[in-house]
Amino acid sequence: MGLEIAGAEIVVQALIDLGVEVVFGYPGGAVLPIYDALFQQNRIRHILVRHEQAAVHAAEGYARSSGKVGVVLVTSGPGATNAVTGITDALMDSVPLVVITGQVPTHLIGTDAFQECDTVGITRHCSKHNYLVKDTARLGPVLHEAFYIARSGRPGPVVIDIPKDVQIFKARYIKPGTIAHKTYKPQVKGDLAAIEAAVDMLAAAERPILYTGGGIINSGPVASQLLRELAKASGAPVTSTLMGLGTLPADHPQFLGMLGMHGSYEANMAMNRCDLMVCLGARFDDRVTGRLDAFSPTSRKIHVDIDRSSFNKTVRVDLTIQGDVGSVLEDMMKVWRARGHAPADLAPWWAQIAGWRARNSFGFEQKGVDPSGALLPQKAIQRLYEMTKAKKPIISTEVGQHQMWAAQHFGFHEPNKWLTSGGLGTMGYGLPAAIGAQLAFPGALVIDIAGEASIQMNIQELGTATQYRLPVKIFIINNEYMGMVRQWQELNHGSRYSESYSDSLPDFVKLAEAYGWKGVVIDGPGNLDAGIQAMLDHPGPVVVDCRVSKLANCFPMIPSGAAHTDMILSAADEVGPADDDAKALV
Amino acid sequence: MKHLPPERHTLSILVDNEAGVLARIVGLFSARGYNIESLTVADVSDDHLVSRITVVTSGPPPVIEQIMAQLDRLVPVHRVLDLTALGPHVEREMALVKVAGTGDKRVEALRLADIFRARPVDTSTNSFVFEVSGSTDKVNQFIALMREVGLVEVARTGVVAIARGAEAA
Repeated sequence: MGLEIAGAEIVVQALIDLGVEVVFGYPGGAVLPIYDALFQQNRIRHILVRHEQAAVHAAEGYARSSGKVGVVLVTSGPGATNAVTGITDALMDSVPLVVITGQVPTHLIGTDAFQECDTVGITRHCSKHNYLVKDTARLGPVLHEAFYIARSGRPGPVVIDIPKDVQIFKARYIKPGTIAHKTYKPQVKGDLAAIEAAVDMLAAAERPILYTGGGIINSGPVASQLLRELAKASGAPVTSTLMGLGTLPADHPQFLGMLGMHGSYEANMAMNRCDLMVCLGARFDDRVTGRLDAFSPTSRKIHVDIDRSSFNKTVRVDLTIQGDVGSVLEDMMKVWRARGHAPADLAPWWAQIAGWRARNSFGFEQKGVDPSGALLPQKAIQRLYEMTKAKKPIISTEVGQHQMWAAQHFGFHEPNKWLTSGGLGTMGYGLPAAIGAQLAFPGALVIDIAGEASIQMNIQELGTATQYRLPVKIFIINNEYMGMVRQWQELNHGSRYSESYSDSLPDFVKLAEAYGWKGVVIDGPGNLDAGIQAMLDHPGPVVVDCRVSKLANCFPMIPSGAAHTDMILSAADEVGPADDDAKALV
Repeated sequence: MKHLPPERHTLSILVDNEAGVLARIVGLFSARGYNIESLTVADVSDDHLVSRITVVTSGPPPVIEQIMAQLDRLVPVHRVLDLTALGPHVEREMALVKVAGTGDKRVEALRLADIFRARPVDTSTNSFVFEVSGSTDKVNQFIALMREVGLVEVARTGVVAIARGAEAA
């Protein structure tokens, strides 16, 4: 048996034993003992953010780009409540995090003490699991269990609330062996009979489609490799959700692009007309399905997911396979080979898809020419992609039009290169996420594609990147509007631009310089390439203020409440006023 | 899917007997808009480590299926059983029913209580508290009759339920 050590030292020792290299956090009264223990060691690097929300997003960026668990350390009260947005974001997008929060000492809990809040109460429904640890001896086991829960099954954020006295008191700490939780046992292996049935359905389908999502990325790089094998073996077209981009290379001949509200015409039409849909690690989100009663009416559907509650939640499916999508894909390939299936003749299906593809739904140059001759945002992102793709960049985004344009016009070729807030749609995600990814991959080119409104939601993190000499690039698509809000106001609210204009914008170049960054302006098509090159040539962090056409809208688009077949391909498509049911949707 | 007719289901949930577990369950129902018609909870193991929560809920079959799946993925949940779907099971609830009155009404209250095998557990010269147990329907019926003879107030436990037969469900 080891010596008794303080709770704060147990926390740090357990983090070391769990292989943690980086912790994102912000100190405060209720976590001072843990900060003191961090001070007295040199195994874990602490990254001091400027706001607790950013600590969580940075940990998300670190986790999504590296596949490791992201770790956050914040104080009680406002430290914990500021972290709530990030925790919710991680829950919605299944990002493995462990968030350690300080708490007032146990004898003060419930007395409305200074910086007290009910952290476990507040985070109960926005975390995968949470703990209030009232006994120092429990700290070690709880930390190890929390990491196990965060990264296994459907990954998610786990919160550990530690009162200050528990950090001070002493107990023995023993590094536990394998964790076997008595009630939590995620199912990894899929049911073989169901997998065999799925393979036979896929082999027999005439118009199959593989609908892939972020689960494939969470399963690890092998799952993306297996998806490529299944695509090759079956010859089926593949589409991806926003969260799944990169599982199949963007230029793969069988890839139809992203589906859903701002997805490609061919992906949405193929989803609508297929006879077999194989959903791999996606969850039939409302951005993907559009109007539910018109969603893929003629197909049989197979759903592979590690989370049973994703099955039949919004869309009824014919066959469910609960398990890790990587493991299920591996078994599917084994069965496919064992049965000697050859790819079916999908030529008529591909011919139909070719017709939809010919509509070139992501095209922009031939339409939407801005009267002022301003730079089109799509063009800016396309050039950013072309000029950086050889460097295999990691891209993060904020939320809005720029995010959708990035998903449409930036090509992703590998998993873990695309960091975006999909489920919660959190403006302010991109810069801290880029910082987290840069810490995981110090040599990588990491770019936050931002909007001028979103970037201001966590702009204070410029200082964090400066402090740790992180060469993060921010590429602001600046149209002086909360563009997606403005676009919806045009569609549903008579173009009354209520509060969607970005007034009183800072001079982003001067702001960058104030934080020790380089600032670059791109103000038209003429200096687009030069601006991107200047950004790439500078070894340190750069803010690019890329001023684009102010009124460009994001197309194609499935309007709210509409079906896949009712896509608007360009602003020229007539669309009647939305009815109240459609207006009520988000 | 949510437009199918609702069904009443009795769920039995075995959970770790830890702080906050009831809040997790109840919060899940309110956050996702599921109904709770009744809820009971008590520690049911020798070592006080496991509690049984009995929830009576209602919803269309796909919603019931979703409730089961959502409950099942909570970390401290051992098992979730849909007793209604599993088949034969026993459901009971108990009520304490206070009635006040004199004369004929008082006599009638006692006569009705006898028919329902309700036991007076408190009495004064002008009131009774009856203890009645049985199915929800029986308890409802008893309370309805008591309204006519001077019902004052009611306390109910909510449903507890268990599968029939020798085996644990």
